[in-house]
Amino acid sequence: MTEEKFIFSAAIKKKIFYTMGAGILLLVIGIFMAMNGGHHAGHEVAEHADTHGGPIWQLRIIKDLWLNNVFFSGIAIVGVFFVAFNYIAQAGWGVVVKRVAESFGYFIPVGGVVMILLFVVFNHDLFHWTHHNLYESGAEFDEILNGKKGFLNFPFFLIRMVIYFVLWYFIWKSIRTNSVAEDLNADLKYHNKSIFWSAIFLLVFGVTSSTSAWDWVMSIDPHFFSTMFGWYVLASWFVSGLAMITLVVVTLKENGYLSVVNSSHLHDLGKFMFAFSIFWSYIWFAQFLLIYYANIPEESIYFVERLKNDVYSPIFFMNLFINFAFPFLTLMAAEAKRQAIILKIVAIAILIGHWFDFYIMMTPPLLKQEGGLDVKILFIEAGITMIFGGIFFYMILNGLSKASLVPKNHPMLQESVHHSIYL
Amino acid sequence: MEKGKNFVLGVFDDEDVLVHGVHDIRKDGVKIKEVFTPFPVHGLDAALGYKPSNLPIAAFLFGMTGTCLGLTMMIGMMGYDWPMDIGGKPYVPLPDFIPITFEATVLFASLGMVGTFLAICGLGPWNNKPFMFDARSTDDKFVMVVDLDKNKMDQSQISNILRSHGASEVNFKSLT
Repeated sequence: MTEEKFIFSAAIKKKIFYTMGAGILLLVIGIFMAMNGGHHAGHEVAEHADTHGGPIWQLRIIKDLWLNNVFFSGIAIVGVFFVAFNYIAQAGWGVVVKRVAESFGYFIPVGGVVMILLFVVFNHDLFHWTHHNLYESGAEFDEILNGKKGFLNFPFFLIRMVIYFVLWYFIWKSIRTNSVAEDLNADLKYHNKSIFWSAIFLLVFGVTSSTSAWDWVMSIDPHFFSTMFGWYVLASWFVSGLAMITLVVVTLKENGYLSVVNSSHLHDLGKFMFAFSIFWSYIWFAQFLLIYYANIPEESIYFVERLKNDVYSPIFFMNLFINFAFPFLTLMAAEAKRQAIILKIVAIAILIGHWFDFYIMMTPPLLKQEGGLDVKILFIEAGITMIFGGIFFYMILNGLSKASLVPKNHPMLQESVHHSIYL
Repeated sequence: MEKGKNFVLGVFDDEDVLVHGVHDIRKDGVKIKEVFTPFPVHGLDAALGYKPSNLPIAAFLFGMTGTCLGLTMMIGMMGYDWPMDIGGKPYVPLPDFIPITFEATVLFASLGMVGTFLAICGLGPWNNKPFMFDARSTDDKFVMVVDLDKNKMDQSQISNILRSHGASEVNFKSLT
């Protein structure tokens, strides 16, 4: 096995910086549009919303920063998750794409720092439950939130957030260090250590995936709760992460890297995207059916705000179409999962679709009637997403260039290179 | 050569030899009728040049039947025969019907597919005379069947080709 290294060339860096520059430009245009155009419609709602006098576009930008950070941090952690469960399952096929998933971990520290900063600075804008007057007797006193005070309070929330990122980063670093050390020195002990850390990671992620989803997504609407929510966010993160792995692998292959990846590896990645799109739909429907059937007011408000609201119902149905119907019908045939171009189209669609999935989770409680599908999405949301995407790709491609693209001393490498699925 | 159906049976000991053998024997111009193996061998279908099975089409048709029957049953019962107010929902609440519709689809598709498969393979109570070219194909041998009437070569030529590609023994079988 010859060593193959990804070269993070100046041309790619330039592309990333141009994308981020274009994102900043779009964001600035969007802000000007919102400042000049949004006065009539925005005034009334801005007073109603939970901002402290700030205009609605400021809240919108804060929400977008939070949304993108949660989305990309989720993709990053799913990369580690992918490596970990492949180790635990002793799965050989994925060894040739392992380094791609592994490199996603380079975004974790960035995501952690940005998220902690955003929470410390903007917690009153994003989270209704951070207001002190909710817990003091008076007109604003909220009995329900007072009951949740033991879990939803500023110090504990911040401590939890720090713990998640520290644990994720530390375990990822251990797996990564062993993986890179294995390249230099062919010894089975690195593999065994990786399996150990992967097991620890799965234990940690099993708990933190749910609790982080409650913290970062569900508590934006603190009166609402759903027992399915942790799974729902995990499913959304997971399928986005798989789509991102597939997208990076296919793009690397198009540019002449990863020649050992054959159509059977693509087939397996396609199966993953197909299966977990259905898994997401299953979780989505399970949550919907429980809430619809039980019809408890504090639960069904979630769907009243999204489904029964003309502003959000187009996004609501678009979400189901892009994330369920499109991958289901496109990837159904075995031959379709082996075509790089189809995988690429579906992966991009899934990434956009699940970005909108997070959008529909977070926007209605924050922006009320202001967050619908209008032209501002093409500027403010698209701009901020391009900036975050640029940072994400810079971090992972930079990480990818630090080690061989294929772990050359991995004990299951030969199994992976000769992977072939007969149709 | 006598009338009736005449077959040459090539017996192989190893699956890798078999799969490569099938490929090379077909290249030499011998038409293979069927290969019997004790377990599924990956790549054998491709080597034999079989077309993908049509069973998925049967599965789809049976599944659609299940979807329609499941929905008809529930809409008929809940909407027309005995409408009930359950939790203030409409008489025909489609979201509630989705799990049962799904189950009915899966049930019909799976049972229908098994039935189709058994019928195609001639497995059933009506068929009480099992026929095997070589009983060892259920134990540890891989048996390749070549129909002599469909090949232009004669028995000894085919035997030589089979042997040269790894058959451990070659037998002749005639059915009347």
